[in-house]
Amino acid sequence: MNDTSKPLDAIRKMSMSDGKTAMVERYRNHFLKEVTDNVEEGEWVNMCMQCGVCAGSCPLGNAWAHPPQEIFMMIRAGKRQEVLTSDSMWMCTSCYNCIVRCPRKLPITHIMHGLARYAERLGLAPKNQPTRKFAMMFWDNITKTGRANEVTLGIRLYFMHGFIKGIKTALKMLPVGLNMIKTKRMSPLGLVAHQGCKGKNDITKLLKKAREIEEARMKKH
Amino acid sequence: MAKKQYSFYPGCSSEKNASASNYMTSVNAMCDVLDVQLNEIPDWNCCGASVGYAGGGELERLILSARNLAISEQENKGQDVVATCAACWLATRETKERLESDNQLMRDANQALAEIGLKYEAKQKVRHMVEVLIEDFGYDKLGEKVKKPLDGLKVAGYVGCQTNRPFGIDGESYENPMYLDKLVETMGAEPLEKYDKKVQCCGGALAFSEPEKSQAMIKDIIESAYDHGADIIATPCPVCQMNVEIYQDQINKTYGKKFNMPVVYYSTLMSVAYGKGHRESGLDGQIIPATKLEKFAAK
Repeated sequence: MNDTSKPLDAIRKMSMSDGKTAMVERYRNHFLKEVTDNVEEGEWVNMCMQCGVCAGSCPLGNAWAHPPQEIFMMIRAGKRQEVLTSDSMWMCTSCYNCIVRCPRKLPITHIMHGLARYAERLGLAPKNQPTRKFAMMFWDNITKTGRANEVTLGIRLYFMHGFIKGIKTALKMLPVGLNMIKTKRMSPLGLVAHQGCKGKNDITKLLKKAREIEEARMKKH
Repeated sequence: MAKKQYSFYPGCSSEKNASASNYMTSVNAMCDVLDVQLNEIPDWNCCGASVGYAGGGELERLILSARNLAISEQENKGQDVVATCAACWLATRETKERLESDNQLMRDANQALAEIGLKYEAKQKVRHMVEVLIEDFGYDKLGEKVKKPLDGLKVAGYVGCQTNRPFGIDGESYENPMYLDKLVETMGAEPLEKYDKKVQCCGGALAFSEPEKSQAMIKDIIESAYDHGADIIATPCPVCQMNVEIYQDQINKTYGKKFNMPVVYYSTLMSVAYGKGHRESGLDGQIIPATKLEKFAAK
């Protein structure tokens, strides 16, 4: 029936924060409620009628271990561990096909993003999933100066699977990079001269406050 | 006609020496002809794009766009916000709609914005540049400015995802939007009627993290353009443009193809048709030269 009871000890052992254990305790046997309360647009999960149009519409549908409608059913069946450790949500390309085609108008793209974020927040997201890694680098990159630095982002991306693999990737990508430089769509100067926003400090303050508000909101549930 | 003014959100890829700087060049040339003034939102920041969701929660992501919108309301009073990048438009418009329809979220956002002395009231519309072209000018008016009709140029109108879904353009169908083909036709070129990959995803940001999976989709996008006789692909999205243009060598190696298909923006076509030169139209930003279009620019 519900899978949170048996592997509960295992979850506790892997637990990286008190917050995660607290979530397990608070929502014991109620994963749907946990998702409804804590995942962006999670209150829509119960509206899924299992038609599968989302799965058929996804450009990377064949790469998902569990397509969205399956994820929705797993949430309702209480499969907490399987859902949150899944790499499925991280296959979302944000094409919004599923949103416009869903007969029940579920904001599926946002729910997938929300689940990925929630899994990340609890430390359950698959660590080496490439899109997870890239997305975390991206967030770090844009929040540092307020604007994306495509040069540093690219370099970090090549080396995300370690140094040796990074050299290989960098060499493979070199012709593409040189083409970008030649057409002035990239500059090595971006390594040192990237300006970003003047209001960098404002952005840091803003994000800190937003996170505070969000954490407080989650605690209230 | 009087000058039209908009509050402009260029986004990171449109910056100097960034991947879509050539898009910005052609947009400037196009706007010059149309007598459009783009007032940049002072000190704008990144919108979080498509993959911001991993590191940023709901409010953190929305607040990024809310800062831009709040500055716009304050500095570019009464002007609609216009974006040229698909992801920028999507994230910014989503922020406006989410905050506008959820009082709690709006209160939360303003509580955060108050930390840096800003306030957001969701007063202005958030629009994509192609909406400005279609709604504020219309195809007929856009056609009147054409100096060099792009006779005989066969264009695969590759709309992609985010300038189409989830918001749609001009109330058109998500499955078969026609606006890009109509713009192409208005410039005197020939849109491919049966370009079946017009709304196929290119992988978006996953072209970086999942290159094999994305390039498989990009291969189909280019192949279909060739199959239907295209000289060139045109798109309204900076990520589509980049993904479909810059990996063609790698795709050729993987799949044994000989692709050499130029990929330009709608604004590149329009600048050239409006009589702008090679450089002003951003044609020097092509990694795969748009040879046939260059001939019109040189005329």
